Amino acid sequence: MAQAAEEPGSGRGYLAESGWRSWAYTMDHKRIGVMYLYTTIAFFFIGGIFALLLRLELLSPQAKYFSDHTYNIFFTLHGSMMIFLFIIPAIPSGLGNFFIPMHIGARDVAFPRINLASYWVFVAGFLVVIASLVSPMDTGWTFYTPYSAKTGAAVATLSFGIFLLGMSSILTGLNFIVTIHKLRAPGMTWHRLPLFIWGMYSTSIIQVVATPVVGVTFLLLAMERLLGVAFFDPAKGGDPVLFQHFFWFYSHPVVYVMILPAMGIISEVIPVFSRKPIFGYKAIAYSSLAIAFLGFLVWGHHMFTSGMSPLANAIFSFLTFFVAVPTAVKVFNWIATLYKGSITFESPMLYALTFIFLFAVGGLTGPFLGALATDVQLHDTYFVVAHFHYTMMGGTVMGFFAGLHYWFPKMTGKMVNEKIARISWALVFVGFNVAFFTMFIAGVKGMPRRYAEYLPKFQVENVISTVGAAILAVGIGMMFWNFLQGLRKGPPAPGNPWRALSLEWQTPSPPDTENFHEIPVVTDWPYAYGTPKGPAA
Amino acid sequence: MDNVLAFGAASAQAARVDALFVMITVIGGFFFFLTQGMLIYFAVRYRRRLPDRDNETPRITGNHLLEFFWVLIPSIVVVAIFYYGWRVYTDQRIPVGGATEVYVNARQWLYEIKYPDGRTAINEIRVPAGRPVKFILSASDVIHGFYLPDFRVKMDMIPGRVTTLWVEPDRPGRYQIFCTVYCGTGHSNMLAQLVVMSPDAYAEWSARHEEAGEEKEHEPLAVRGARVAKNAGCLNCHPIGGAAKVGPDWKGLFGSNVPLEGGASATADEEYLRESIVDPGARIVKGFPNVMPTYKTTLSKEDVDAVVEYIKTLK
Amino acid sequence: MSAPHEGHGDPRVAFESAKLGLWTFLATEVLLFGALFTAYAVFRAKYPALFHSEHLKLNRVLGTLNTVVLITSSLTVVLGVDAIRRGKARLLERYYAVTIVLGAVFLCVKYIEWTGEFHHGRYPDSNIFFSLYFMMTGLHGIHVILGMGVLAYVVVLSRRGRFSGEYHTPAEVAGLYWHFVDLVWIYLLPLLYLIG
Repeated sequence: MAQAAEEPGSGRGYLAESGWRSWAYTMDHKRIGVMYLYTTIAFFFIGGIFALLLRLELLSPQAKYFSDHTYNIFFTLHGSMMIFLFIIPAIPSGLGNFFIPMHIGARDVAFPRINLASYWVFVAGFLVVIASLVSPMDTGWTFYTPYSAKTGAAVATLSFGIFLLGMSSILTGLNFIVTIHKLRAPGMTWHRLPLFIWGMYSTSIIQVVATPVVGVTFLLLAMERLLGVAFFDPAKGGDPVLFQHFFWFYSHPVVYVMILPAMGIISEVIPVFSRKPIFGYKAIAYSSLAIAFLGFLVWGHHMFTSGMSPLANAIFSFLTFFVAVPTAVKVFNWIATLYKGSITFESPMLYALTFIFLFAVGGLTGPFLGALATDVQLHDTYFVVAHFHYTMMGGTVMGFFAGLHYWFPKMTGKMVNEKIARISWALVFVGFNVAFFTMFIAGVKGMPRRYAEYLPKFQVENVISTVGAAILAVGIGMMFWNFLQGLRKGPPAPGNPWRALSLEWQTPSPPDTENFHEIPVVTDWPYAYGTPKGPAA
Repeated sequence: MDNVLAFGAASAQAARVDALFVMITVIGGFFFFLTQGMLIYFAVRYRRRLPDRDNETPRITGNHLLEFFWVLIPSIVVVAIFYYGWRVYTDQRIPVGGATEVYVNARQWLYEIKYPDGRTAINEIRVPAGRPVKFILSASDVIHGFYLPDFRVKMDMIPGRVTTLWVEPDRPGRYQIFCTVYCGTGHSNMLAQLVVMSPDAYAEWSARHEEAGEEKEHEPLAVRGARVAKNAGCLNCHPIGGAAKVGPDWKGLFGSNVPLEGGASATADEEYLRESIVDPGARIVKGFPNVMPTYKTTLSKEDVDAVVEYIKTLK
Repeated sequence: MSAPHEGHGDPRVAFESAKLGLWTFLATEVLLFGALFTAYAVFRAKYPALFHSEHLKLNRVLGTLNTVVLITSSLTVVLGVDAIRRGKARLLERYYAVTIVLGAVFLCVKYIEWTGEFHHGRYPDSNIFFSLYFMMTGLHGIHVILGMGVLAYVVVLSRRGRFSGEYHTPAEVAGLYWHFVDLVWIYLLPLLYLIG
């Protein structure tokens, strides 16, 4: 592998040119990635503020600070913004854009102009979504008909906004698929690709195949409101449950769009900080593809109580359990990578280990929902809310934080304050568990979700959860403040502070616009840590 | 009835669901402590001791036998969980003969109950203990949910369709019913009760043809009205002072002059209020939608009078 | 198989990337229309009598005419691509211009058809069959307009002298897209107009 000089970022690399035009019209995948990161992180904050408002209201069983209607709008905005404006684009379009070309030894993605277009389509999408707030929705992020077709809110506008966001997602996925197929450096065979690439490749396939279906779904919803078409309206012979089938056909695979990139990051970080090759490279690589494929077959498990036949329910339940197997394989492999390693606990590694821990909780609460009889009990209760927050926040968001800490030096040429990073990590870890574990209990006790008001017997869990949310918020705030401080006055970062082997670390920090002076010729895989003829397992 | 964690099951079927829940918890707990225990153990045991010997870690890249087993064993475990979950579920879905049938129709934001003998109720279902009950569910406007946490069952209520749910309550008690599909502003207030009565009490009640609410002969009318108004869902739509809701405010309503749709106006006297309860579309207050359901068959004349008396006290 | 040193500066890589990119994009379009075809299948199974009675009300003459128009337009695209492969840019421009005109003819016929339906009181909200009819032909029509735009852009590029026998990737890619638009119509026609 080509070795670059380890001097700290001397020039400003790709950041050298300044002025808004150098950003707005850029075709540099790194700048586009940075723009996506700023935008998605901004929505993470806005969505998070809505979450804190919800938790504030949920301190008391009855409506206290705002009306039920306002609460319902807040949970809809929290969910919709977090899902469509943060968690789906953040890792793929943010970190993915920055690092995919670098990981494969290319100068840019296959279609740089389409890449820029995808960002502006994303901007157009969120502007339309914001425009719909003149008459905000209270349908929940799932927009079930008939309620979403009848409610007096700007549903058609929002539908167009989400359609545009979906188009942005498709363009990104398409770009990555072609990039990974066609622009790998000489010697970069499929089995020498970093596992982040395998994760992103599988993610891109899902984006390309699933997103059009949700596009049509929202188009049909908009048409139902604007033209009165009959697909989901029972009075005209339509079927409201058909909406659910269309919606979940996308929305189940999309959770794998959310998790696979984060898993890719974990597969990068764990070997570096244990100084060991990843255990079971092929298993992790192919399990990403398996998850992508199986994820398309299980959407009905969101609909077990919607009146589907017992046979359909049984098939979906059976298939649902099989997605667990490739996922479990990854967890075992990451843990096995630690065996006989030489492990250090810098902030990227802390978040990576946290991912495994919290995702395990989320994943192991999945069987309760995959099994038919317990799902009938727990569906639409806080148990589900806890399950998806453990997987999406304890999973994806922790993976995102790991990636941000890991690649911060490379992207910015600065280092963050490691001590503050660790303190904020501790607050995040404690706050998260206090906030969300209690929701499992509330759910088992029977507390339904999307309840602005609740029976007094659920109050204890809600108060504890709100306290946890406050701690979590402080931790996240401190973490991002640390990033800001690092940006402004962090010490210069060397080219390879973590002594990692993948290609992006063989460049200065920050990298030059063209990534590599010469396209590297790859001769080994990026996990060749440790001693080749060392002691066997 | 309160339930702590997974217990307080109100039927044998619910107890079977609890047993499945416990089984999944034990299996999940086992795998959690096994994997995360190893994670923590390895993190501690293999932490870096000597910085300059970082390169001496063994280049272990896999172990086919280990990987084979940790694919095989989880696969077997998940199939077992699937099977158990499926069996308990199938028992839940197969209705037992001799069930009492109750029709439940949801609309924003209450449950309308209709018994086969024609009796109706709002937000309260009465059944005898020891016999299966089959709920025949539908909805008028949007999708609602019908969740009995103590029985560990729920089913969506879908406009244009009929879905069914059955339970076999073991013992008398009052059990909570929640709406679990988001249906609008009143979603979290669509509370109803399943009242399971001993067979004798149920027989007596059936014979008396009581309608909604409990039989309390000697309570003051306004107090009865307050209770009926709460149980029949009136307060989900009508505020008493406070934040605006779907229906007109009851505070200060009695005796006031009410502008109507169409330009006329009316005095909110006993007759107007009575008419508004049994024939709500007759004279709509200006600026409010014509969405109130009629209580003509669900509230007795005494209950209607009681609610009017209650409204009179809200100055 | 990996890329040579120059990455996507290499024309061979750029061409292959463009083709893979377009095929991937067509996959998304298949799923877009596929969702509507699925809705069609679901409702057809549910209301066979309605579908039978309503489909007879469609104008099969105009539908067939439009099919001929679109198939001809695919032929002109093939001829255009063949022309530019032989380096004949002017011929490409003419064939593609004819294609665009045929696309416009298609849209005019569609307009006549739709206004005909409106005249008979058949609107998107009339019943499930007509909801599907208007949605599917409407979405298809939007793709015809988009295709015409893409073809027009290719004509502009050609007039600026950008194409040759060696390099004419946008023309190929646009042609492929147009064939797809034609193919969707080939499925729509029997499902909506012909099957009883």
